[in-house]
Amino acid sequence: MDVYLPIANLSVNGLWIVALGALTGVLSGLFGVGGGFLTTPLLIFYGIPPTVAAASASTQVTGASVSGVIAHGKRKGVDYRMGSVMVGGGIIGAGIGALLFRFFRAIGQIDVVINALYVVLLGSIGLLMARESLQLLRGTASKQAARRRHHPLVASLPWRWRFYGSGLYISPLAPALVGVVVGILTMLMGVGGGFILVPAMLYILGMSANVVVGTSLYNILFVTIATTIMHSLTTRAVDIILVALLLIGSVTGAQFGSQLAVRAKPEVLRLVLAAIVLAIAFRMFLGLFYQPDEIYTVYPL
Amino acid sequence: MKWAFLLLAAFALMGQRDALLVPEVSQHDVQVRQGFTGTELLLFGAVLDPRGRAGQGYDIVVVLKGPTEPIRLREKERFAGVWINAESSDFRSVPSYFAVASSQPIEQIVDQKTAAIYEFGTRYIQLSPSGNINPEDDRRFARGLVDLKQRQGLYKEDMDGVQITQGVLYQARISLPSNVTTGTYTAETFAVTQGRVIASAESQVEVRKVGLEREVEFFSQNFGLLYGALAVLLSVLMGWGAGRLFARL
Repeated sequence: MDVYLPIANLSVNGLWIVALGALTGVLSGLFGVGGGFLTTPLLIFYGIPPTVAAASASTQVTGASVSGVIAHGKRKGVDYRMGSVMVGGGIIGAGIGALLFRFFRAIGQIDVVINALYVVLLGSIGLLMARESLQLLRGTASKQAARRRHHPLVASLPWRWRFYGSGLYISPLAPALVGVVVGILTMLMGVGGGFILVPAMLYILGMSANVVVGTSLYNILFVTIATTIMHSLTTRAVDIILVALLLIGSVTGAQFGSQLAVRAKPEVLRLVLAAIVLAIAFRMFLGLFYQPDEIYTVYPL
Repeated sequence: MKWAFLLLAAFALMGQRDALLVPEVSQHDVQVRQGFTGTELLLFGAVLDPRGRAGQGYDIVVVLKGPTEPIRLREKERFAGVWINAESSDFRSVPSYFAVASSQPIEQIVDQKTAAIYEFGTRYIQLSPSGNINPEDDRRFARGLVDLKQRQGLYKEDMDGVQITQGVLYQARISLPSNVTTGTYTAETFAVTQGRVIASAESQVEVRKVGLEREVEFFSQNFGLLYGALAVLLSVLMGWGAGRLFARL
């Protein structure tokens, strides 16, 4: 099925794009990650221009997270208060990210920066999650890990709020800062930031595990809306036909994903996510050192 | 019908001393709409000697060029084991599409100088490099750019692509891939004999988006905020709709 994409300026096989959307949809429902870290590289690999891929992927993540937020919201899996604080930080972060993007683009190192960020972040987070979930599965150190509270630095921040959903009494500055960091990365890497948000909520803020996925999706929903609008105004690279194709796959995938998430063991889920994240980090790591397929890249003036 | 008309036109122009070249393109208007997967253009016509007879020994070269754009080309180099962008070079007139077809290999019909003047080949494209680097670097960058475009299917050479029948009628098929840039394309036809270009003619092909594709592009360029809001609305509605649908199942 050939579909012509008017913004990306090329024709693609629609069924492949739908299948790609379905894959990221399942991931987003299952793990609470947007799946942008998978969609964007795969779209670029397919031949879609990088800017169009990143912009359209962020719009698609919006749709995938709506159904996820609704599904998790029904079983009280979203801490709206915590989520909203993070969204506030995220929008500020997206603005900072846009400035950084422009800076690295001007000096011509944006792709190197993006690759290095992927390797460092995905690599360290993947290792952290893998270790944690392996310990939980083996039964060693399971008691300490389950009882772990928020990071000592978080406790030292002033001006505390009660977050009932998360079972926390902490300063809103902590989740806002987490939001800023995630917002910067969303703009820079073209991803929703769920793969950073979920571990940050678990290990830095110490939120209770049953609201982590839903709240992460809630945050991703609003941050990607802001990113889409920002792209539409600046890069004009959101391809609505590409978005629609990705969405057909991902909204259905997200439903299956969130149903699976209720049934599966969380430790197993986290181990699987860790494996996927590490695999992508490893691939990106190789990409930095092996001779790239393309020595030359074209930038319009 | 078209052929007959062309021949007639050719005879009507017989008074001139130079060889006569009457070119035509199968499509002057390429419409990019939903389902566009590229198209094939047929560049055809007739070539006659000054007395209106079948020209013996003429070779035909056709060049199809897309709209040009200025670009910056960056080159990756290994730095402490990591591949990063190092040098760059600017080119002020890079055609978005370039195809050349000829009835015989170019080097057999004209010398290098003539080939360079008429851009008979991807290595002769006038890219107008700017900046202060030396000619050797310019050539390296130009080769890299041409190689990249060739692998994207946007630059091509076919040294056997023009068929000449009975020394009069010629035709060449040139394919446009789906990732072509829209704009005005120029199709130039050259008649070559004894190493000289003795006649040339130019015609134009308009590649444009029509229908929904055009509307989408226009809307995204001129009403960014509204377009973004619409994209968000589409996402949210589809996500929410799927949620409702699955809740009932």
